[in-house]
Amino acid sequence: MCGIAGLIHRGKSSNVGHELQGMLQALKHRGEDSTGYALYGDTDGKNFIMRFKVGENVGEGSSSVSEDVSVYDERKKIVDSYLSEMGAKIVKEERILPYSLRYEIQYDKKDLLEFSQKIESIPGVEILSMGKSLEVIKDLGNAKMVCDRYNLDKLVGTHAIGHARMATESGVDIKSAHPFWGYPFSDVSVVHNGQLTNYWNNRRALENKGMRFMSECDSELIAVYLAEKMRDGASLEEGMKESLAGLDGVFTYFVATKDSLGMAKDTMAAKPLVLYESDDLVAMGSEEIAIRSILPQEIDTYDPFDGEVKVWQI
Amino acid sequence: MANLKNITKKTKAQAMGMHTEILTGRTQQKFFNPDEAENFYYFGTYDVDFNKRTDLDVKDMTAAEANKEIDNLMSQGFGTIVIKNPQGKHSLGVGILNKLNLIFEGSLGYFGIGSCDGPIVRINGRVGWSCAENLMAGKVVIEKNAGSCFGAAIRGGDLICKGSVGARTGIDMKGGTIIIGGDAGAFTGFMMQRGRIIILGDVGINLGDSMYDGTIFVGGEIGSYGSDAVDADLTKSDQDWLKRKLKVAEIGEKFDVSKMKKIVAGKKLWNYDNLEPTEKKGAI
Repeated sequence: MCGIAGLIHRGKSSNVGHELQGMLQALKHRGEDSTGYALYGDTDGKNFIMRFKVGENVGEGSSSVSEDVSVYDERKKIVDSYLSEMGAKIVKEERILPYSLRYEIQYDKKDLLEFSQKIESIPGVEILSMGKSLEVIKDLGNAKMVCDRYNLDKLVGTHAIGHARMATESGVDIKSAHPFWGYPFSDVSVVHNGQLTNYWNNRRALENKGMRFMSECDSELIAVYLAEKMRDGASLEEGMKESLAGLDGVFTYFVATKDSLGMAKDTMAAKPLVLYESDDLVAMGSEEIAIRSILPQEIDTYDPFDGEVKVWQI
Repeated sequence: MANLKNITKKTKAQAMGMHTEILTGRTQQKFFNPDEAENFYYFGTYDVDFNKRTDLDVKDMTAAEANKEIDNLMSQGFGTIVIKNPQGKHSLGVGILNKLNLIFEGSLGYFGIGSCDGPIVRINGRVGWSCAENLMAGKVVIEKNAGSCFGAAIRGGDLICKGSVGARTGIDMKGGTIIIGGDAGAFTGFMMQRGRIIILGDVGINLGDSMYDGTIFVGGEIGSYGSDAVDADLTKSDQDWLKRKLKVAEIGEKFDVSKMKKIVAGKKLWNYDNLEPTEKKGAI
């Protein structure tokens, strides 16, 4: 089933980590195999923030194979050496969990494709996000568990999207969890509720164009699809509108960039979405109770129509 | 087993696009035969007094607790119940088989007012997906917007949304009337079998797709027609009925119904009256 939620504050920052946690926790009945956050925090914009993993969560319910923890250290060492080779300087390093790390990196080149390919050439290493504001945090369990595990409750920023996952067609693991980074674009993330039926056709075509897939989760296709459109010069909104015809199946998805948040709904409107929009806040989710977690007072909400695409700026 | 007979004489209702069959046999007609009333007990019903009114704050209740409390209040004779702080909770106000004035001061989540038979419900907010699914009788008024699958499979009653509704409104409906003050999404009236839908605003793509029977009236623009949905002439009877219905629905009283479009089943895709085996019809 899965649930998605997103919010964007316009003209101000807020405690988006706490707010999104509340929204996603309200949707936990839609799936708690894994939960993911894409948070756009307040930063000085000088350094890249790289969230990456060197292994999987192999706890209860995981479909991943257990590994000796020592391989995590070996992988981290290789990441560090590759960063040094590419001229990237680690400004700050945090090891949140044995398999999950957060680096602040000084890196001057704009093209992240070569950078990402190099890092992800290390077996078992995946960049979850790369951006100057974006941080993707995803792990097994419900929203509160992941929030507590990664201490997200106090993160201040302008906007965020998140996903509560019920795994249906790929594994219960971090690599299949949402949000997906819009590789190799800085600060682009995607969450999706639905099912894409032309996944393999699109995937083969995109892989032939040099795009990368890390999982077998159909939702990853949206991130890659949009990234490829933007690589060809389309704006985010143009790419999203093209996706209505290019992606087959049922879907409601959110996509966020450094300064915007968008939603798209398939032409059959088969997946739910409730939207609240005011001058200073847009909040949306698979169910109204997600919005109610941050706006308990009586508000006006609506369901976007079939084939609708909307984008908001901060 | 129900015995279904085709009739040749067209009644006024049939001229407006309603079904062309009569139901006899072991159906609702016998079930509700007043001669057998004393032998009939409708489970879950109570004698209530509409003047006996109470409030129920469901802020800290689960849907099950709230519904149980509504039932409890009806058993005490309360005929008017005002629900405070519904806060978008799912499945509130379901399974009410009574005459009852039920007022929600706020919005409902999914599956609100499901499987009801008789209550008059007013919701001073919006509703999520599948509101009033399987409504048998009564009246439900939503002051704001509604989600998709609004009035799915209703058999009777009046379902009114003063705002706009999502996709698949009236999907599989088998009777009753759905009235929308604003716009409606894609696949409105999808596979509807009987009943009527009125939309004062615009409607999305695939209107009336695969409809068996029934009638859809649209005041605004139509995105596209679904398979086997065709235009029909808007008669004087239709206009009179629309005026009356919109007045009762508290919306569009001054709406110019003469310009509305009427859509019915072309019956090329599936002829509900003639092609379906009698046994299957009886089960519907």
